Amino acid sequence: MGIEGVGARVARKEDKRFITGGGRYVDDMVVPGMKHAVFVRSPHAHAQIKKIDVKKAQGMPGVVGVLTGKELKADGIGNLICGWMIHSKDGSPMKMGAWSPLAVDKVRYVGDAVVIVIADTKGQARDAAEAVDITYKELKAVVDATKALQPGAPQIHAEAENNLIFDWEIGDGKAVDAAIKSAAHVTRMKIVNNRLVPNAMEPRAALGHYDKAEDHYTCWTTSQNPHVSRLVMSAFYNVAPENKLRVIAPDVGGGFGSKIYIYPEEIVCLWASKKTGVPVKWVADRTESFLSDAHGRDHVSTVEMAFDKDNRITGLKVDTIANLGAYMSLFSSCVPTYLYATLLSGQYNIPAIHANVRTVYTNTAPVDAYRGAGRPEATYLLERTMETAARELGVTPAELRRKNFITSFPHQTPVIMNYDAGDYNASLDAAMKAADYAGFTKRKADAAKRGKLRGIGMSCYIEACGIAPSAAVGSLGAGVGLWESAEVRVNAVGTIEVLTGSHSHGQGHETTFAQVVNQRFGVPIDSVSIVHGDTDKVQMGMGTYGSRSGAVGLSALVKALDKVEAKAKKIAAHLLEADEGDIVIENGEVKVAGTDKSLPWFQVALAAYTAHNLPAGMEPGLKETAFYDPSNFTFPAGCYICEVEIDPETGLTEIIQFVAADDFGNIINPMIVEGQVHGGIAQGVGQALLEGAHYDASGQLLTASYMDYTMPRADDLPSFKVSTSNTPCPGNPLGIKGCGEAGAIGSPPAVINAITDALGVVDIAMPASPSTVWSAIHAKKH
Amino acid sequence: MSEVSLTVNGKRVSGSAEDRTLLVHFLREHLGLTGTHVGCDTSQCGACVVLVDGRAVKSCSMLAAQASGSTIVTIEGLASGADLHPVQAAFKEHHGLQCGFCTPGMIMTATDMISRHPEGLDEATVRAELDGNICRCTGYHNIVKAILAASQAMAKGSKGKAKQAA
Repeated sequence: MGIEGVGARVARKEDKRFITGGGRYVDDMVVPGMKHAVFVRSPHAHAQIKKIDVKKAQGMPGVVGVLTGKELKADGIGNLICGWMIHSKDGSPMKMGAWSPLAVDKVRYVGDAVVIVIADTKGQARDAAEAVDITYKELKAVVDATKALQPGAPQIHAEAENNLIFDWEIGDGKAVDAAIKSAAHVTRMKIVNNRLVPNAMEPRAALGHYDKAEDHYTCWTTSQNPHVSRLVMSAFYNVAPENKLRVIAPDVGGGFGSKIYIYPEEIVCLWASKKTGVPVKWVADRTESFLSDAHGRDHVSTVEMAFDKDNRITGLKVDTIANLGAYMSLFSSCVPTYLYATLLSGQYNIPAIHANVRTVYTNTAPVDAYRGAGRPEATYLLERTMETAARELGVTPAELRRKNFITSFPHQTPVIMNYDAGDYNASLDAAMKAADYAGFTKRKADAAKRGKLRGIGMSCYIEACGIAPSAAVGSLGAGVGLWESAEVRVNAVGTIEVLTGSHSHGQGHETTFAQVVNQRFGVPIDSVSIVHGDTDKVQMGMGTYGSRSGAVGLSALVKALDKVEAKAKKIAAHLLEADEGDIVIENGEVKVAGTDKSLPWFQVALAAYTAHNLPAGMEPGLKETAFYDPSNFTFPAGCYICEVEIDPETGLTEIIQFVAADDFGNIINPMIVEGQVHGGIAQGVGQALLEGAHYDASGQLLTASYMDYTMPRADDLPSFKVSTSNTPCPGNPLGIKGCGEAGAIGSPPAVINAITDALGVVDIAMPASPSTVWSAIHAKKH
Repeated sequence: MSEVSLTVNGKRVSGSAEDRTLLVHFLREHLGLTGTHVGCDTSQCGACVVLVDGRAVKSCSMLAAQASGSTIVTIEGLASGADLHPVQAAFKEHHGLQCGFCTPGMIMTATDMISRHPEGLDEATVRAELDGNICRCTGYHNIVKAILAASQAMAKGSKGKAKQAA
């Protein structure tokens, strides 16, 4: 490992601009003539639009346009779609209701966009938006998915009877029923996974610019995947043909899934720019983000886990209702199915699994992938059930897990996934050691003397990353392939540009991608620039989500580097009059092995471009492109342990320690990997202790600002103890598994297992706020 | 309209703005200082923190007109020339940032915090004092580490200067 190569703890190249105020986010962009947009949104959760009167607004100071859904439809702009087809168990396709970028006849959640108002300043646009007069006829709303399925519930889309989108199953129901029937013990639970708002710190934003002279559109947008945005806006929403549409996602201030999707606002800003003849910028307020960003989680499940007399799991039966909100967001259908139910085997040998999943429309914001996407829901369900089972069976949580761990690989689960590598005992051992698990009994007794309740909980998670083999996801209903691309351009002076379809919005790609290049050629990382986030600069790519940039994006880079290396060696062999097989490239030198003959790297690059003396028939230049399609998912796994102390007087839970022991495969930059784990744990602890999106029965979002939705703050969290014990992934050239979501996946059950341990209760709802914990303590007393 | 005169990052600037214009929007839109960010509508997130007459202030909680006559330092004015401020350097060294959006506010808050605690900082104090700044990426672990390191580096630096002066 060199000081800047793979495995080195290198400070980030991109930091300089962020710490000096030089970051370039969408809201920082200024285009000559640019105007500002405000969306008029529905104040009702469910209503018919009777009349829209924009006359008064049109006459307000500074207003350049007030546009409605009718005009949008008249111009042929399409409805938003869900890009992953799921079929119900009866064979029928999912029931996708129409989602117009601006509502035309009906609104279906508070925040549904109805009218765009464009003015010289944002203040003027806001004033004019208040003057738009919309007459609604209110309809009864439903926000709870279980209630939405009941007969007589308000019907949200004509296409989906009883609000049921699909009723899907996976696994062998008969085998599971037989296992439960013959079980020595069955643990049964109801598991609720609370609804969350992703809350990237940069609110969503879009700047649409139509250039009349060129008949060309440019969209600056807060996207995790600008190429997919361009493809979908072109192919499905009829904004413009792909060659006439450039999508730029510059610096993006966090995503966590919420910026994967193509939302109404960017479509409307592009269309409105052509309509009004001015560039149109929209930046969400925080409350708008709460109302209209895709939310996460919101599952209600029942689970039955069957054990034989030796405490081995013999079957798992799961029934889940997933709330998808008012419309089907872009990847909403795959989250509670192929990203959830396929992970229900966890780290355990389970011979039979069956899961039934019903997805439901409600009058709430659309729900889609949020950090972990399906895998946190699966992990929470399994690890809460394992904890409860251990208590019922009278064995320690570690003992029950060890007894059921998968220990030989590859391992085929009954729910599609084929685990390639792992060592679950190793991460459990590492976590228990780091947490001084053996010393807990004494710490609990000490706390009791002080009148405090101590508890400890563990969670052994597995997830599937690197999504995913294109043919596999295609066969499961995905509308896109999930490969990645890379182009390596060696300049004539030997500096290098890497163009990647991955998108960095905090992950540090400008550093880690350069480290991989440094490892290969020894070129300093300062001489390597990473270009991403612009469809006019970078070849087609699939973007960043599902912890895929390392496992898939870097694999594409490796393939492109292979091609560059092969050509560079041919050129060097020709110049040095040596055999191509004897050429080695290291530390910025191109050498003939075993001799003192060598060329500096830049001279090989220069020779490729002067082309004065190249091997016969060789094309000039040194630039290669590669596309990489993964052969399997990758399977990061690990063990998290949380220790809490609860004040029974107030119900306040303090996290005494949080330990993470992960297996991420090979690591490019441990500093960045640790940072990803820290952030993921904070979001998982947030879900367990603090965060929850709450609608009242009429569909008003009660938690629509940072005054009401409790974000984790510095004094809610401890410093974390993180470590890794890695088994390389055999499926990709760098042996990488991915680390972006693990923290958020593994941590909620560890926290809740600790709290229920401290309180001596079976379950407690997330978020386990002081009032919830206090109520649980007092319910137990009475 | 209000006439606004400020000293920002050592330069005298003036302009007129709507009465309702917040200081953060004046900095971003009138002066083009886009390093100061807007992350919420309720003065909760702290992405917009700047120094107003030496004190950390959420620039969304103040009208531009109210700030008139003040001396302001934004994230763009913190480094002296090519040399990073010790807090900036510590954030980079300790990986105290990921997406970078909350970072300017964090750094300005940390600068103010360190200057108010010449006796030094401990982890509990740093965490308590960061209450007004939200980060969604880092889990605060490395932000806390960076602020503690910067506090120590600056204490050493000022001792060194004191020795030189003596």
